[in-house]
Formats: sequence, C-alpha cells, structure tokens
Amino acid sequence: MSDSVWILGTSMTRFTRHEGCDLVDLASEAALDALDDGGVTVHDLDVLACGTLFSANAGVGQQLLGQIGQTGISIYNVANACATGATAVRVALMAIRSGEASMALALGAEKMGKMGLLGSPPRAPKGPTAYEASGRFGSVRSVDGLLGTKTMPGVFGQAGMRYAHDHPGVGFEQFAKIAHKNHLHSTLNPLAQYRKEFSLDEVKASPMVAYPNTLLMCCPTGDGAAAAVLVSEERLGTLSADQRRRAVKISASVLTSDPYVEGGQVQPDVNTLTRNAADVAYEQAGVGPGDLDLVELHDCFASAELIHYDNLRLCEPGGAGDFIDSGAPYRDGGTPVNVSGGLISKGHPIGATGVANIYEIATHLRGEAGDRQIPDAKVGLAHVIGLGSSCGVHILERSAA
Amino acid sequence: MASERIPLVAYLVLEPEPHLVAQQCVSCGARFFDRRNACGSCGGRDFEPAPVATTGHLRAFSIVHRAAPGVTVPFVSAIVEAGDGTTVRANLLEVAPDPGEIPLGMPVRLVTYPAGTDSEGTECIAFGFAPVSA
Repeated sequence: MSDSVWILGTSMTRFTRHEGCDLVDLASEAALDALDDGGVTVHDLDVLACGTLFSANAGVGQQLLGQIGQTGISIYNVANACATGATAVRVALMAIRSGEASMALALGAEKMGKMGLLGSPPRAPKGPTAYEASGRFGSVRSVDGLLGTKTMPGVFGQAGMRYAHDHPGVGFEQFAKIAHKNHLHSTLNPLAQYRKEFSLDEVKASPMVAYPNTLLMCCPTGDGAAAAVLVSEERLGTLSADQRRRAVKISASVLTSDPYVEGGQVQPDVNTLTRNAADVAYEQAGVGPGDLDLVELHDCFASAELIHYDNLRLCEPGGAGDFIDSGAPYRDGGTPVNVSGGLISKGHPIGATGVANIYEIATHLRGEAGDRQIPDAKVGLAHVIGLGSSCGVHILERSAA
Repeated sequence: MASERIPLVAYLVLEPEPHLVAQQCVSCGARFFDRRNACGSCGGRDFEPAPVATTGHLRAFSIVHRAAPGVTVPFVSAIVEAGDGTTVRANLLEVAPDPGEIPLGMPVRLVTYPAGTDSEGTECIAFGFAPVSA
C-alpha cells in the first residue's frame, strides 16, 4: 500500500526515577537516540508530535527542539491521559498520511517522581465552612471515599471485579498471576523500572492498595521518555537497504473514545472503546488475534490486563481467566503479553508509555530485543488506554525485505 | 440534633423517603446524575426527573486501603445495578471490608447516614448501600 507509514528509528530511556535530569533531558535522550537509530538527523524531520501529560502546558516540544535543533517545523504538543504517547504517534502518522510531511518524530516523555496515588481530588479546605451545593453533581463536600472511589487502583479493581461477577472462575488468584508474570518478564529487560521476580505468594501478600490489586499488582510512577521516527513509504524507498530492512510497518493505527453506555457516568467503561479499537485495527491490518507474536497492553493494574485479554480478543469470549491460568500470556506461551514487564514492572511514565510500547514491539520485530527476544516475531500489537477515556491500538509488522 | 439536613449531592432526595433522582433523557431514556448540557447518548436536549429504584444488586466492588489524606480507610467502593437498570456508585456499608464477606451479585438496598456538620450546624446526609439481609 503506497500510503503506508513506517517506523524508521525508535528508542526509549530506562524507566526509573531519574534524579538530576529534567524532562527535556529525557526527551532529548530519547529523540537523539531514535534519530541515530534511524540514521537521520533533526534536519530531516518535517513534524514533531510531543506527548506529555503533567507538563502539557509547558511547550515541551519547543523546549526539546530548542535543545536538539530549532528547524522551525510544526510542533504539536499533545495530551490525552495515559493514551498521550499513542496519540503523539498517531498525530505524526496523520501528518504523513495527509501528504504534508514525509518524516515525523513522535515523542512521549514524563517526569512524575514519587507522585503517589492518581485520581485523588485536590485537598479540601480545612475546617467546617457552611455547606453549599456546587459542581455538576451539586455536592456540598468532597465525595471521594463517601460515594465510592475514583482513584485508579479502585476504579480498575472494580472493572476487574465486574468481569469476575460475569465470569465465574476469575478472582484474586488470576489477577495475582498476571503481576507474577509481568514482574518475571521484566527481569530480562534492562530498561525496566523494576527487575525483580516475585513469587505468586509474595504478590498476594504485598500490601493491599485497592482489592483485588495489591501493591505488586499496581504500576509505579516514574520518569522516562520514548521516541519513534516515522517515515512515508515513498521517502523510505530513497533510504539505504539497511534502513529499509530495519524499518517496521505500521499496519494499523486507531484511536477511540467512549461510546455512551449505561453506567459509564459512575464507572469508566474501559471495555467498549478497547474492543472497538481492536476490531478496527485488526480490519485495517488484515490480521487477527491469532497472528500476533506478541502484545504490549495497558496493564496499569493486574485487574486491567485480565479484562483486556478479552477486549483485545486474545482469548475466547469470557475466557480471560482460563487464558492466564493456561500460561498463554507468559513469554513462552502461545500469545506473549507484556514481555517488557508491562506497566506493572517496566513502569508507567504516562506520556512515554504509548511510545515505549511501540518501541518494544518494533524491537522484537527487528530481532534486536536481546535476552527477551520473542523468536521470529513478525506481527505485534501495542495498546494503551487513558481514562476519560481514550484507547490507542497500533499493529506493527516486520519488514518483508 | 442538627438544625437542618442537606443531601451530600443534589441527586439524593431525603424526603419523604430517601432515594436518588436521575435526569432522564426524554428522547432515549438515558439517565444521568450530573447537570446536563445535552444527552451523551442521543444528543437530546430535554430531560425529566426519574426516581431510581432503592434496591438492586452488587455488580462490582473494590476495598480501598489507600486514599487521599482525610479519607477514612479501608472502605468498600461499590458499583450497584439498581432494580430499574440504573448504575450507581457508592460505598457499601454494614459489611466487613473483607472480600470473603462480600459476594458479587448480592441484593442491596439504599441507606443514608450523617457525613459531617458545617459551621452553621447543618448536617450533611450521604447515601450508601447495605446488604438486604442486614
């Protein structure tokens, strides 16, 4: 297909708490490494799409090019919750598809430090003042902890328990196995925030954050950046044989938001938009779930990974519990999931995540993933979801050359 | 006794019997608890108040052990499907914060309780759900 868009170069920094360097340092490191990896320079770029969430109003794209090359190109600073990185990739891809650009850099970066629990409301003023109804719900005081929870571990805990409600055989044990798997996988990934194996018993016995998610079933906050250089098929054709051989094809790129469902106003529906994105992506790419050699999906919590087995059609409908029980998503199973360690163990610097997932897939498809390489990987899928909600799905394919 | 009572949220009605009231889209029947600009389902502009059933069943829960400063933990956050199909989020009350004590699908009923008093002596009334058998 002549309008295909390819990944020419890609990189990520280690995800960890990077003391002594700032967000622009991390973004610069990822950008320069991705440009070097692709054998091009900042002067070859037509567009930059820069994704960062907590610094979304800081002009990080401009700060980045201020450090690595002010060429005067269009910069799109994007923010889309945990789908920020995938959105940056998609903006870069759309710029190329539109014909306005032939090479674009998609970058995601975040510096969170020890940010703690996400989803908590701002601290309420101290002392009893007179009650007055305000806001869209006419509330007289903060409802967090009174009308359930809106914090992320609890919201995704509820999403997992709703699946458990509908599918007997799914419970705490299955969620714990997922965290065991992802921590085990991360021991092979030098870029992961944690690289430590935990037994199933250790996962289950770690402090409870929001049932069913224990601390070892929750992703950490952290710092990191990831980047991908995208190129049009036409321009790729003008590059060297080695650049063409290492290029990875973006076979599908999809971004969805929530369609209306009953109940979505009180409990975010993370399922329908993921299913919609997956179905469109499989159709765009002309592949099915059975063709995937590896999947990087959005395991912000163990309970989230389980339901996405079903949402991404990796298992039989309703069969997510059996899928993890069978060992299928382990790296030596039939459909390896989160061989990077996933968000749970690789880490989740929010803006970087959706680009880092694409880095991971592309690296396996090139056969360059080192100790964690999935042998002869040809097709992979990267998925992220940001609450609110946005879901990004990309399917990548190895170069035929 | 507090001199006056006020609901925690506008969609909780205290009298004559405590119940929730949704804004129901006249065109498609979708229900919302917030102030609306239009219907998120069909785009309709007209709404009417609709009382929500005060009994239902437990669809999902999480036992929250870590929360923002000032929030008492642990508490049980619950997603309840009311008898008329409306989904409601609230705390699950009158149960131990123990997954073994909280069967998914169990019948629940709306309950109310005082959740603070302001500088004028007005009492805030919150709602939650409790097992029907309790």
